[in-house]
Amino acid sequence: MDETRKGPGFILVIGAAWLLMLFLVLPIFVVIPVSFSPERFLSMPQGELSLRHYRELVDDPTWGRSIRDSFVVALAASGIAIVLGTACAIGCWRLATRFTESVRVFMLTPMIVPPIVHALGMHRVWVELGLIDTLAGLILAHAMKGMPFVVISVSAVLANFDLRLEQAARSLGASPLTAVRLTILPNIWPGVLAGGVFAFAISWDEIVVALFLTQRGVYTLPRRIWDGIQDNISPTVAAIGVILVLATILAVLLKLLWDRWLASRGAAESL
Amino acid sequence: MAVAGETVAAPAPPRTRLLGAERVNLVYWALVLVPLVVLVVFYIYPLSRVLLISVTEPRLGFGNYVRIVESTGVRRVIWTTTWICLVTSTLSLVLGYLLAYAILHMRSGWQTWMMVGVLLSFWVSILIRAFAWITLLQTRGLVNNFLLDAGLISQPLALIRNELGVIIGMVHYMVPYAALPLLASMRSIDARLVPAARGLGARPLQGFLYVYLPLSLPGIIAASILVLIFSLGFFVTPALLGGGRVIMLAEYIALQVNETLAWGLGTALASSMLITVFLMLVVLARAVSFRRLFGAA
Repeated sequence: MDETRKGPGFILVIGAAWLLMLFLVLPIFVVIPVSFSPERFLSMPQGELSLRHYRELVDDPTWGRSIRDSFVVALAASGIAIVLGTACAIGCWRLATRFTESVRVFMLTPMIVPPIVHALGMHRVWVELGLIDTLAGLILAHAMKGMPFVVISVSAVLANFDLRLEQAARSLGASPLTAVRLTILPNIWPGVLAGGVFAFAISWDEIVVALFLTQRGVYTLPRRIWDGIQDNISPTVAAIGVILVLATILAVLLKLLWDRWLASRGAAESL
Repeated sequence: MAVAGETVAAPAPPRTRLLGAERVNLVYWALVLVPLVVLVVFYIYPLSRVLLISVTEPRLGFGNYVRIVESTGVRRVIWTTTWICLVTSTLSLVLGYLLAYAILHMRSGWQTWMMVGVLLSFWVSILIRAFAWITLLQTRGLVNNFLLDAGLISQPLALIRNELGVIIGMVHYMVPYAALPLLASMRSIDARLVPAARGLGARPLQGFLYVYLPLSLPGIIAASILVLIFSLGFFVTPALLGGGRVIMLAEYIALQVNETLAWGLGTALASSMLITVFLMLVVLARAVSFRRLFGAA
């Protein structure tokens, strides 16, 4: 094993992987210097640094508003996705018939269909339902997009959950919903949370459906950024980019800590 | 009533238990069916409308599909989309495979840092990435300025608003999408098999080509179809980095519907895209089990 590991071919592979990692990560960080440029156009700062693009984020009310809209939509959409996705995963797991197995695969449709396709269909139907350009309309659309991720992550946790726990609760007189609440939910909540975070992130960064379902009434952050790039590539986008990249780094580090905590918890339980 | 008569005739305890079991199942069926109905009403129904519009507007029939085949403009868009998708998917897959293999076999201290990088590039906003690439690649961008200052070129290179820029942006986005499922499938490969082949006299490259590569084939198929499906419907990166000169299918559909109000042609193209994606999924379902694929993601 060690012999293969230290061969010249292997060292080449590892070196190439590190180069690839630079290609993946470095371009993202270009937003940092650009965001401190004192110029009104997109440029690298030449000596002098400025916070004017961050000021712009605060002074221009459309940015604050779009952050608020995005937050409301993502929170509500992931809430709906959590409730529906968890319910579906639990039901499919407990019934475990051929039909429910197909339902579970069927529930994944929204993550496979190209966004432009469902954006067109939703636009038509939302116009008829009076949901176009409303918070409720976009929340509903994003909830559909988020649901598959909750179904997947909850199903993954349930696959390791002992069915007899639920049966024991039932035989002690718990009603089905009480059994779900007292035995299943306390054990699957990491999966519920992970799916919910996924659904939140999907909605937070969603642009294609938002372009088709909203105009002026709802103005999400991705749409604001989209407009910022379209109009003369505003450097303010770099400032919001820095904030978003920092938030993502924080989220990734939290996720790794979380994985570690789950692993240690799992190890402690199996002892 | 017959039912009431039966209740009297049947012994009480088993009857209660039976009712109880039925009620339990009812609750669980409700848990399954409510989300299913919501999905059908607010997702599947809108999708079916896309298919319907494509054969009813502007008039009943397959006229829109005939236009797809006959129009040279549409054919050019489909050709551009196809070859950019193929190049992007191939590059992403090769790079993703290399990354996954390296991560799985490197020291565990480095592994964590690699995972931070992969997850970061997986999660960072697609719009911010497109913006970053514009900053780097435009005529007066960082890359051109650097090359000009270094005297390596005398004219700025065209790195954006062409196929090259679109492919760079798309590969950058797709590598983690290829690497993560590959990583999951590689983890299930028995780590003792390649050393066993080596012990039997295989050279390192032989051990990889004849043992490791075939074992990772299900992961390769799954990852390649996922990447193909995603790149087929790609909207943001081609629209921003193509700068209106490289138009891929998703952007073309949006243009048809928004600019020329040609819903018929737009939905016909969208329907074709949908059917293509589902055909790819059929191939995928034959190659690997869905449960393994999505359970691992």
